[in-house]
Amino acid sequence: MEEGKVVSQSVAASASAYAIIREKFGEAVSAFDANDTMPFFEVLDTSLWQEIALCMRDHAKLKFNYMACLSGVDYPAEEKLGIVCNIESLGVFNHKIAVKVKCSREGGSIPTVSCVWHTANWHEREAYDMYGMHFAGHPDLKRILCPEDWEGYPLRKDYKVQESYHGIKVPY
Amino acid sequence: MGLLDAGITKHNVLVTSVDNVLNWARLSSLWPMGFGLACCAIEMMATNASNYDLERFGIFPRSSPRQSDLMIVAGTVTMKMAERVIRLYEQMPEPRYVLSMGSCSNCGGPYWQHGYHVLKGVDRIIPVDVYVPGCPPRPESLIGGLMKVQELIRMEQIGISRADALKKLAEKSVDPQMVIERERKAAGA
Repeated sequence: MEEGKVVSQSVAASASAYAIIREKFGEAVSAFDANDTMPFFEVLDTSLWQEIALCMRDHAKLKFNYMACLSGVDYPAEEKLGIVCNIESLGVFNHKIAVKVKCSREGGSIPTVSCVWHTANWHEREAYDMYGMHFAGHPDLKRILCPEDWEGYPLRKDYKVQESYHGIKVPY
Repeated sequence: MGLLDAGITKHNVLVTSVDNVLNWARLSSLWPMGFGLACCAIEMMATNASNYDLERFGIFPRSSPRQSDLMIVAGTVTMKMAERVIRLYEQMPEPRYVLSMGSCSNCGGPYWQHGYHVLKGVDRIIPVDVYVPGCPPRPESLIGGLMKVQELIRMEQIGISRADALKKLAEKSVDPQMVIERERKAAGA
């Protein structure tokens, strides 16, 4: 974050929360992106994501006790898939932050945080359903919306719908 | 017209054909299966409720396909639901009718291009007798569709197929524009 730049109170709160994470995990997390809409940082060392999440939830000065959302993203240019987690500290510090985690597009894996925030359980299943990234350690990783024998991952940029499903024509 | 309009004279004796009395009985107690798939179902429930009062036509939703004559496919049929719809249809006793309500079940509606998960028309899996356009159709449209089902039943005879009955119905169809203009004129006069 640039020194002397005027930032809103909520971004400042996110920035100070980020500073604690940065201090603990150093180069495993990226620089802080202090935009007004959704201040975020990225977890560069994906294998540390679960540990970072636990620290964010339990650290006395962070207390991110609420996962508002977990979304999937496809980055075809980078050959990567990712998730964006919106995490808040409800009723304690009231600060919020978004965390991005990426993995390789083919056969990539991200550690699950369903044991940290239970909300993540179904959200990770949905991300898996739509993008096909694996969540290592997830207790019940299977499709949540599409039928279990559906082919492909619908929200990938290069998705092509299958011709037929159980003998029923799918395209218009 | 209705059978009772013919006027019953002495001793409550009425002479009519078997076709007539069977059709009258069936069209006067059309029992749709009580299931909805999306926003059209809300409109269907509104039509069932007191403002539009489908019960005056003897139309009352049943909770089991085995007691239903009519399937109102009210809403978006997903690929996942499609097989369940087939199963429900097969559980209904014959003669059975299908009314496709709204753009989604008619042809995929707004999901026709990018809705990978949506069945592009319920007529791909079960035979549809009456289509009601709209997104969602107003209760008046649904009632219009149900009246069409009743007309179809009126066209049926022992020994003729559903296809023939549908053909008879199409031949008998009235251009709604003429009716609208006639009503407009009458209202203006």
